[in-house]
Amino acid sequence: MANFWRLFRRNRSAVAGLAILVMVILMAATAQLLYPADPFSLAGASMQPPGEGGFLLGSDSLGRDVAAGIAHGAKTSLLIGLLATIVAVGFGTVMGALAGYYGGWIDDLLMRTTEMFQTIPSFVFAILLVAIMKPSIHSIVIAIAVVSWPAVARLVRGEFLSLKNREFVQACHTLGMSDAKVILGEILPNCLSPIIVIGSLMVATAILIESGLAFLGLGDPNIMSWGFQIGAGRTLLRSAWWVCTFPGIAILVTVLAINLVGEGLNDALNPRLRERQ
Amino acid sequence: MSHTAKRLRYVLKRLLQAVPIVLAIIVVNFFLLQLAEGDAVDVLAGEAGSATPEYMAELRKKFGLDQPLPVQLAVYLKNVLAFDLGYSFRHEMPVLELVLDRFIPTLLLMVSTIFLAVGVGIILGLLAATGLNTWRDTLISVFALVTYATPLFWVGLMFIVVLSLNFGWFPTSGMENIAAFHEGWDRVWDIAHHLVLPTVTLSLFYLALYTRLMRASMLEQAGMDYVTTARAKGLTERRIMFVHVLRNALLPVVTMAGVQVGALIGGSVIVESVFAWPGLGMLAFEALFSRDLNLLLGIFLLSALLVVSVNLIIDIIYSWLDPRIEVS
Repeated sequence: MANFWRLFRRNRSAVAGLAILVMVILMAATAQLLYPADPFSLAGASMQPPGEGGFLLGSDSLGRDVAAGIAHGAKTSLLIGLLATIVAVGFGTVMGALAGYYGGWIDDLLMRTTEMFQTIPSFVFAILLVAIMKPSIHSIVIAIAVVSWPAVARLVRGEFLSLKNREFVQACHTLGMSDAKVILGEILPNCLSPIIVIGSLMVATAILIESGLAFLGLGDPNIMSWGFQIGAGRTLLRSAWWVCTFPGIAILVTVLAINLVGEGLNDALNPRLRERQ
Repeated sequence: MSHTAKRLRYVLKRLLQAVPIVLAIIVVNFFLLQLAEGDAVDVLAGEAGSATPEYMAELRKKFGLDQPLPVQLAVYLKNVLAFDLGYSFRHEMPVLELVLDRFIPTLLLMVSTIFLAVGVGIILGLLAATGLNTWRDTLISVFALVTYATPLFWVGLMFIVVLSLNFGWFPTSGMENIAAFHEGWDRVWDIAHHLVLPTVTLSLFYLALYTRLMRASMLEQAGMDYVTTARAKGLTERRIMFVHVLRNALLPVVTMAGVQVGALIGGSVIVESVFAWPGLGMLAFEALFSRDLNLLLGIFLLSALLVVSVNLIIDIIYSWLDPRIEVS
């Protein structure tokens, strides 16, 4: 662990990304304390520019506090990003492991499925899924996971393919270990690093997809999110630029921070790759 | 076998490979339709305001909705293969007609985006790779990193605020100024003027991708044996970079351009709805608002087909560029 941190620390931009990410997490965690009122509720005069009328980042046409929306939206973005990634990585890992380890029809099925997913415009597919299932946290998480898992499955499959014929795995077979034990106890731990890296980058993509969906009006109607704020504020572009601007900066900064952390993880976990660069 | 015959066989093989994918997409489409709450008859009844259960049962029979699922699937497949994508009850038009109507603007937007993103991406990647680890490289890498993390719709809105509303350089929305009744070159100019902001916005994300790819590809090629040979021959660094390395480095960028077409369509939904560009994406946005599922599925199907055909075309171009592909 100490060794890992030493490697991670070498990438200065990754450390900066981590610092920003921690701040975003803190903001999400303290949103309820900072802005105890419902972020959808009227908080004062409408259309106040930043800094006036007691609004740090201004208010929108319904008198909603933009800053409160951003604080509460952080929770939504992080939550959906994390949940969707966990589902996608979990499912993708299982499918990829089975396909890589056993080959045969599972592998064929998986490869054909991922091929199809590479063809389908994934964002349009996500839109369709959410529209059909009705917008809610569940449907958004499922939609993002559905379009994201094939990448994980392909990665894990490749790792399993290259590891399953190594000596240490053959030794396990000779010892009479069960398949489940070999998969979970021997091969999987050896391909955790790339899974962690792809997972961390996937959180960023998931947040971008979520904000896009919410912008198009496919967010959970009961939950404040950055994409929703921008979508609701776009009609006010002429008169109140701040309503759209600040939530967008929040998305940009968060996604950037997560990408930087992901690259840092990649450098720290794959020393071979780092040396090549 | 002659070269042309071989090439033709390759093209045919690729065409055949695309068939199962297209079929699978149609089947997925069918099941999505099944997943949705209510069927076409419910929609019709909802539109009409009221309908007796008997009348609805009769309608279901007429549409074949009382048949078992496999039969319905077969009918659906047959319809789609005959280019019948169903009927949009909101627009009171066949889906196919609606979708084809909006196809050209999207194609225009996508083609201009691909050219801008690939072109500028190649130049930026080249600049970064030739000035490795200088301020130029750092600046370009930071730019790529930031644009990679930026939501497209937000950039579009910011462009509107700054460039359209503040400076008045570009129109805020639409594809042309219809009230002006431009004709000939005036109209082309008008459309081009409207095209600038959507294209730049949609390009940004892919620009970052191509820049990174081009930089990595250049660096990879620079370490190859043929570069050493060229250097031993006494060629100038300039000539090695721009003639030998550049050509080889371009190949992965071309492939990536094909792979990214699907993502580009997703991006165009967002960009078109920001700029009210009257293409498929905008149509999808409208369909979302009016809960017009038939239309949405039609758009999805067409965009998937578009990706399949673009990939096919790219593969064929690729086989001309790089004859080694045929062997594998």
